[in-house]
Amino acid sequence: MIPLSWYLTLSALLFSVGVFGVLARRNAIGILMGIELMLNAVNLNLVAFWRYLTPTAIAGQVFTLIVFAVAASEAAVGLALIISIYRRRSTIAADEINLMKW
Amino acid sequence: MGDPFGLIGRWLMSVVTGWGLEPAAALTLLRFLGAAILATVLLLACFFLIVAERKILGRFQDRYGPNRVGPFGVFQTVADFVKLIGKEIVIPTGIDKVPYWLAPVLVVMSVVGIWAVVPFAPGFLGTDLNVGALYIVSVGAIGTLGIIMAGWSSNNKFALLGAFRAVAQLVSYEIPMVLTLLVPTMLAGSMGISAIVEAQRGLWFIVAAPLAALVFLISSVAENGRAPFDLMEGESEIVAGFNIEYGGLAFGMFYVGEFLHAFTVGVLFSTLFLGGWSGPGAETYPLLGLFYFFAKAIVVWFVTIWVRGSFPRVRIDQMLSLNWKFLTPLALLIVSLTAVTDKLAVEQGWSRVPALLGVNVVLLAATLIVLGAYGRSIRRREEQLRTAAVR
Amino acid sequence: MSVLQVVFLVTGFVTLLAGVMVVASPKLIHAALWLIVSLAGVAVLFVLLNADFLAVVQVVVYIGAIAILIIFAAMLTRRVMTDSGPTHNPTWWLALVSALVLLGGLLALILQVPAFAQAGPTGLPLADSGLADLGTSLVDANRFLLPFEVASVLLLAALIGAMAVARPAAKPEEGAE
Repeated sequence: MIPLSWYLTLSALLFSVGVFGVLARRNAIGILMGIELMLNAVNLNLVAFWRYLTPTAIAGQVFTLIVFAVAASEAAVGLALIISIYRRRSTIAADEINLMKW
Repeated sequence: MGDPFGLIGRWLMSVVTGWGLEPAAALTLLRFLGAAILATVLLLACFFLIVAERKILGRFQDRYGPNRVGPFGVFQTVADFVKLIGKEIVIPTGIDKVPYWLAPVLVVMSVVGIWAVVPFAPGFLGTDLNVGALYIVSVGAIGTLGIIMAGWSSNNKFALLGAFRAVAQLVSYEIPMVLTLLVPTMLAGSMGISAIVEAQRGLWFIVAAPLAALVFLISSVAENGRAPFDLMEGESEIVAGFNIEYGGLAFGMFYVGEFLHAFTVGVLFSTLFLGGWSGPGAETYPLLGLFYFFAKAIVVWFVTIWVRGSFPRVRIDQMLSLNWKFLTPLALLIVSLTAVTDKLAVEQGWSRVPALLGVNVVLLAATLIVLGAYGRSIRRREEQLRTAAVR
Repeated sequence: MSVLQVVFLVTGFVTLLAGVMVVASPKLIHAALWLIVSLAGVAVLFVLLNADFLAVVQVVVYIGAIAILIIFAAMLTRRVMTDSGPTHNPTWWLALVSALVLLGGLLALILQVPAFAQAGPTGLPLADSGLADLGTSLVDANRFLLPFEVASVLLLAALIGAMAVARPAAKPEEGAE
């Protein structure tokens, strides 16, 4: 049988990899991919807790569904913003988009 | 003749456990074996599906179709296959190797994977997922991914543009497909495909939800990329779209995937709306259920070929506006009205099927009226432009 | 080592490896493809956890929509066919240190709580892994109707916002000729 701590360790590792991606990547889409990794780690955590500790309370799965919806909407708006920035500045490297007014 | 599939399963199990494996490992091995056999049979069946389609299409176009190779041209696809194997797979320079080779695999995988949840006969199906209907959509989404990978990795701007157009079409038409997939789910009370088939024992769902069935058929044909929606690979327009740079057997994989998907559309429609294997005497003689299943699937597949031979290709802007301005709002209306009617009918004690049928007829009439008014307004505007230009 | 444990270890390793390749790949499209592998690994883990509906939703929403959207955006925002410039910040080593510190803290926390060392999952009392209960709870006014409706409003706002932001600038009206 798989102990709960294995799932939590895997999710912690995935979350840390996502944090590294967000902090170290230069490309804005790369940062967004790091955010998606973090959200997946969170989802994995939620479902593991639901299954192991409270399988009768469906709140675990509901929370995961809401996180899916949030991740989808945030990816859509974020990518729309990135495309719009690219149209005006021709770059999406995070350290080149550093003017408040241009 | 009671239960031939159960008999075969039990015999295989006894053979494998006789070799010394424990039951769990034996079951896993048999499952893998069953999956391999199913996939192989499907891909081999394509040999005859493709030639049958070409002959039927030929008859629609008042010609014979392939009739040289073998009696009545039956082995035409075998000859095509031998030719494709013999062709050199010209690998362009500058491609991205992993997505290039993975793309045809993903496209074929997405079609064959659908067959895992389809019930062929009572008790004869791959696996009884309780989220079978949504699984079908998810596996179809993997095919979309394969097409993007094919278009991008080809190092060819036109392949990329073709892939963009194809993915726009596929992602758009997923929405009415998923929405109308909810209608048999609601009527059966479960997403599991075998539960949906069991719920149709008394009455096929196409009687209770004809409009949903029609929208599902249209969006499935568009998902497949067949005429009139075949601009993904418009042979007379953009040469081959996303699979320009694929030759030989790699192209053959895309080709086989498309034709197998056509038959799969027939299978899905007959399972969801025409009752799958159900028919008189299907429970007592499972082989009869198998026969009903294939007969219904072949009828629907024939209808899609009929449509292919009858309609011209749509443009991409016409196709997208058809989806977003017509099919999606219609599908939303169908789902909400079906849900409300079903709930009311159960609570008020009306009988379900006439109420649902009535709602469908009303919705169809309303749709035709709206379409007629829209068509009239477009014609009026064109008339005004024409008279203004003349003056 | 039971079969399930082996499956978990293999899937977990693949997911992590794909995650590392996402953040370390020099080419952006390769990172997007590795992201898809990672998302598929998480879907397999959901199946292992008996949350089959969530696994299928993960494939449909994440792989079938979000990943394709990311690939589209990556293809539309490149000046030439090859990526240019360094892919990581000059201070990437600091990011590595903070990620490792975070990881250490989380692991210390996890391994301390005794309840988390629970060897196996408790039996699943709900017959279809809670699917019917999930559906009813999302429309029950006493349970999760409000978060469900708020999420749908959020999705509507995101839909309208994304379309408004990504629309090309309106061209000036042509003269009536």
